[in-house]
Amino acid sequence: MVTLTKAPPTAPAVPPRRARRPLRRDWQLYSLAVLPLLFFAVFRYAPMIGNVIAFRRFRPGGNVFGDDWVGLRYVRMFLADPTFWQVFTNTLVIGVLTLIVCFPLPIVLALLINEVRIKHLKRFVQSVSYLPHFLSVVIVAGMVGQLLSVDGTINALAGTEIPFLQRPEWFRTIYVSSEAWQTVGWGTILYLAALTTLDEDLYDAAKIDGAGRLRQTWHVTLPGIRPTMITLLILNIGTFMAVGFEKILLLYNPLTYPTADVIATYLYRLGVVSGNFSYGAAIGLFEAVIGLILVFSANTISRRTVGTSLW
Amino acid sequence: MTSTGRRVFNVINAVVLTGVVVITLYPFLNIVARSLSSEDEILAGRVMLLPRGFDLTTYRLVMSDDLFWTNYRNTVIYTVVATIISIVLTTCYAYVLSKHQLRGRGVLVGIAVFTMFFSGGLIPNYVLISGLGLRNTLWAVVLPNAINVFNLLVMKAFFESLPVELEEQAAVDGLGTYGILLRIVLPLSKAIVATMVLFYAVAYWNSWFTAFLYLDRAELFPVTVYLRNLIAGATDATSTGSVDTDVAQVAANIKAVTMVLTVVPILAVYPFVQRYFVSGVMLGAVKG
Repeated sequence: MVTLTKAPPTAPAVPPRRARRPLRRDWQLYSLAVLPLLFFAVFRYAPMIGNVIAFRRFRPGGNVFGDDWVGLRYVRMFLADPTFWQVFTNTLVIGVLTLIVCFPLPIVLALLINEVRIKHLKRFVQSVSYLPHFLSVVIVAGMVGQLLSVDGTINALAGTEIPFLQRPEWFRTIYVSSEAWQTVGWGTILYLAALTTLDEDLYDAAKIDGAGRLRQTWHVTLPGIRPTMITLLILNIGTFMAVGFEKILLLYNPLTYPTADVIATYLYRLGVVSGNFSYGAAIGLFEAVIGLILVFSANTISRRTVGTSLW
Repeated sequence: MTSTGRRVFNVINAVVLTGVVVITLYPFLNIVARSLSSEDEILAGRVMLLPRGFDLTTYRLVMSDDLFWTNYRNTVIYTVVATIISIVLTTCYAYVLSKHQLRGRGVLVGIAVFTMFFSGGLIPNYVLISGLGLRNTLWAVVLPNAINVFNLLVMKAFFESLPVELEEQAAVDGLGTYGILLRIVLPLSKAIVATMVLFYAVAYWNSWFTAFLYLDRAELFPVTVYLRNLIAGATDATSTGSVDTDVAQVAANIKAVTMVLTVVPILAVYPFVQRYFVSGVMLGAVKG
């Protein structure tokens, strides 16, 4: 392959115009796609096909795709599993809470930052607010643990000695606030980018029409960033079912399972830790399909109603 | 335009944003303070903003742990190798996707984008990596997430924004596709390649779950898994390392020290690379 590429002197001075044979003309371009396609085939699409083990009996060490068909056995199994319904509910609750808190906050923060007229101050606030985005979840979980421990800041400030991370009633608050802490600043970037593209003339026109700051925000700013808002909303809805699996795995413990255990963590314990691969795969497939349906519906609804969509 | 309402708003805005800054920074200051404090002061709940009972022995203790350094070195190796692989694959594919006249381009885009919304899931991935015999090897850490589709799309948008005439001219001068990519396109794309290097490197530096899942031997762990085991209070010597393994509860300031040491490289480069991150995201966002 390498030797072939070094042979361009034979090529005519006139660029080749044989558009009829794209494969021959563009083979070098296609060859660049080979390794990436191999990556997608092996690490993305093979596991999708691997989901057939949800319908086959899988024995560790046996055939990767399972040994024999068992039909919907594992699906029926999780539908009858009370723990499944508990983790399903937890997933929905945590997903909805995260969406309600973490979707609007970046918009508010972006609007506030946008109002700052002192350039250095603006830059400083932005830089600080992006910072948590670059931390490992392990570090974030560690910080949460330190702040909320019995000897931590929150207890010291409140004058209490509550072991927050052992209390199921606190888990959702802790999870959602730490998620907000880590994502809000980074979330403002796209909105701030959208805000810079807004036309100043629109504001002037609104002022002439007698609109105050609030009305300008309502009638000019918000409609201006609406496409960005909708795009991000669709993306958020798409990842709704896959609620912060890694963070929950790091923050929860058997005491907080009643509110903290979600589908992803349950199937991690069930599949990887206990080795019920087929059962775990069935639950995982169910979760992924719901996620896919959600994102497609959100996309379709938004295309029909407001004309903005991802594709 | 400086009406009273406007002034009141500015004051409130300043207060709110100050609050945001304080809340964002406080957890960092708190772990630094804890890492420098004595165990007694921490357990008494007296360490808030400043270190109390200033004490560096924990730093000496953690830094004298061989496993900590082995894991730290692993993180560096994994990050470097994985970032190189990711950059090569992402660049190649993004370049191909940026060629609008290419037959089958839509299909190639679709293959990538679909994986943003649907994944094989944890269990099939686990079975696959095990089946390929990648467990307990570097490859289990560096291959499964080699291409990030979001990064891919950002890079594609950048390539699309380059002037077509340059490449056409290079083709007339007899450069092949590889030559054009290496000698014309990449030199013009330093900004985006740098952004991608930063994105991938930070992601790999921070990642822990892939390693946690596919590596069993403590000497292969990245430092994030070392830290995770410390925080989770794992007490067996094989997974936690030799620091205080006979003590059931890992000392509070050991956790803090390890956290500080893990996060230091990120905090050290952050002020310098921050604006690249931002412009990188914007490139993808404002593609219109």
